[in-house]
Amino acid sequence: MALANKETSAAGDLEGTRSAPQLTGSRLPLVSLILCALTVVGIALALWMAFFYAPTDAIEGQPQRIFYVHVPMAWLGMLSFVVMALAGILYLRRRDERWDWVARAAAETGTVFITLALITGSLWGRTTWGTWWTWDARLTTTLILWFVYVGYLMLRSYMGRTPASARAGAVMSIICVIDVPIIYESVNWWRTLHPTAEVGTPGALPFSVVLTLLVSLTAFTLLYAVLMIQAYQLQRTQTLAQRLRADLE
Amino acid sequence: MSNPYLELNNVQKSFGLKPVLRGVDLTLNAGERMALLGANGAGKTTLLRILAGLIRPGGGRVTIGGLDLREQAREVQRRVGFVAHQPYLYDDLTALENLLFFARMYALEQPRQRAEALLQRVGLGKRSRERAGSLSRGQLQRLALARALLHTPDLLLLDEPETGLDQEGLALLAELLHEHQARGGTLLFTTHDLESAPGRCDHVALLSRGRVAYQQEATSLEREDMLRVYQEVAR
Amino acid sequence: MSLLNQTWTILWKDIRCELRSKQMWAGMGLFALLVLVIFNFAFDLRVDNQAAVAPGALWVAFVFASFLGLGRTIAAEREHGSFDRLLLCPVDRKAIYLAKLLGNVLFIGVVEIVALPVFAMLFNVPFAAAGLIPIVILGTLGIASVGTLFSAMAATTRARELLLPILVFPLIVPIVIASVRATGSLMIVTTNEPPWLGLIAAFDAIFLSLSTVLFEHVIEE
Repeated sequence: MALANKETSAAGDLEGTRSAPQLTGSRLPLVSLILCALTVVGIALALWMAFFYAPTDAIEGQPQRIFYVHVPMAWLGMLSFVVMALAGILYLRRRDERWDWVARAAAETGTVFITLALITGSLWGRTTWGTWWTWDARLTTTLILWFVYVGYLMLRSYMGRTPASARAGAVMSIICVIDVPIIYESVNWWRTLHPTAEVGTPGALPFSVVLTLLVSLTAFTLLYAVLMIQAYQLQRTQTLAQRLRADLE
Repeated sequence: MSNPYLELNNVQKSFGLKPVLRGVDLTLNAGERMALLGANGAGKTTLLRILAGLIRPGGGRVTIGGLDLREQAREVQRRVGFVAHQPYLYDDLTALENLLFFARMYALEQPRQRAEALLQRVGLGKRSRERAGSLSRGQLQRLALARALLHTPDLLLLDEPETGLDQEGLALLAELLHEHQARGGTLLFTTHDLESAPGRCDHVALLSRGRVAYQQEATSLEREDMLRVYQEVAR
Repeated sequence: MSLLNQTWTILWKDIRCELRSKQMWAGMGLFALLVLVIFNFAFDLRVDNQAAVAPGALWVAFVFASFLGLGRTIAAEREHGSFDRLLLCPVDRKAIYLAKLLGNVLFIGVVEIVALPVFAMLFNVPFAAAGLIPIVILGTLGIASVGTLFSAMAATTRARELLLPILVFPLIVPIVIASVRATGSLMIVTTNEPPWLGLIAAFDAIFLSLSTVLFEHVIEE
């Protein structure tokens, strides 16, 4: 009596990869190079403008120039957070692990920028008000965002590189991204009752200041893009490496 | 008379980095019984858990009773009963409370009557007020059987159901399975007992490294086949 | 079976199991009391200071007691093999979340009921019960809504007792601010107070609905 055989073929299909990620390089290295070059130019220009082109602030003096670095850092920290949440939503809908790579890359990059935003913000406050910390709405929300970033990294680290971990991360970033504006508002309300020193540049800004700021924002956003690409590639490589290791076992 | 109740098409599942099911194709007609064999780690339990609705398949299609598992998971779960290694019962609740809870979860009419009836059927009538945590392994297994049969499922999934059962328990299991089949129910079970497997089913399937290595009707299985199966499983 | 029915069935089952295992009620209640007492010593509570510090002390006690309780219902389910027993049934996953949420709220609520009279006594604070109840209920609901979701996530990790507060504390800042201020304004009437209760209510509405929808992504494999 004949046996009805089904062939067991070699490579297994892996969950979550609708189109298997290529190990060989793609167009990205070239794009990276171009972005890198632009970034270097951009940041050099921005720094020059910040120190030499922009006017000295009447009230705060030279230290005010931190503004041109602090604002982009804070902006990118927030942007990265939104990117993380969007990637999370897309991951939940499509279950494509590449979106999770984006989310993790955004988390790592964002943590760096938010940390720098905190440090520059604190320095700025120190030069303006003499204290290392003020509980104003922006600085406080930045601090809370920092905690959220770190918490996210811890969660992902503890849960490992699994779909459950990716889902948890996605859910967390969605909740957090909605919460942050609420946190900001509530701290604002609280602050009106306890007015504290504010870190910021009040009043209308002259054109040269705005221009410098825009250049700086653009330059640092380019830097962000470069770092994101690198971080994404790193995530991809790490995942594939772990997979290969698991296959061998 | 081909009336597929259970159809699996290229079902895949990986846990993070480990692929467990690499493309399982399986068909089972209504009212038939299939024994699923395979070495430990071949993916038998994972497959059953997918069919029970506990895990989402990573890829492929599962149709149970004409319903797609992905689209209508809850509907499918109403027709599937699952007995696994773990009894899926609450230690702190009594035997009756456990069945009552699940009867309500399945939205059964007259849950209390059904729970009590089933408790009697599996021979635990006297232990209805005992905490599940204090029952013996065999009694727990019977209670788990009762839980799986509460909602009169069309498809019964059993993961090595003989474990933990004594002679009486095994006899009870055989009776219950007989009743299930008499109702037209379909059965898919895994087992390590190669000797008696062909006698207890209509089809035998072997799962090896995430795929169905072969599938055969039990009546046409010969000794060489069984030896080959044994070698596969023993590896 | 309606969502409400399913929720109630699961909740009732959880309460039954909890009552039988008798583990954490006493511990949590004592903990809340201890925190209050310690605050009494930690802050120099002359009469004019009290009203300023008392709401904070109360809510710190509540928040920490919440964290003890939050892990409970989830941990109980995980202890005996994850959520499989519930996931096996054709029950709406949202009902599982709501039942766990309500279980947590009840649990923390019991601690709060014990702590409040003691709080009034220790701090010699006029106990404006009527005004306090909505604040406590809504505030606890807010903490539990996010906390229940996150404890399901953290439950699979080894350092769950540590990770849960790290994840949830930042998120409940609005609740803490609003609850403390709202409680404070009950004791000392202030003018131009922002609508704190409204903020808590909005928080609850948003995160209850969000968590209900997101929960199944966390517990289903």
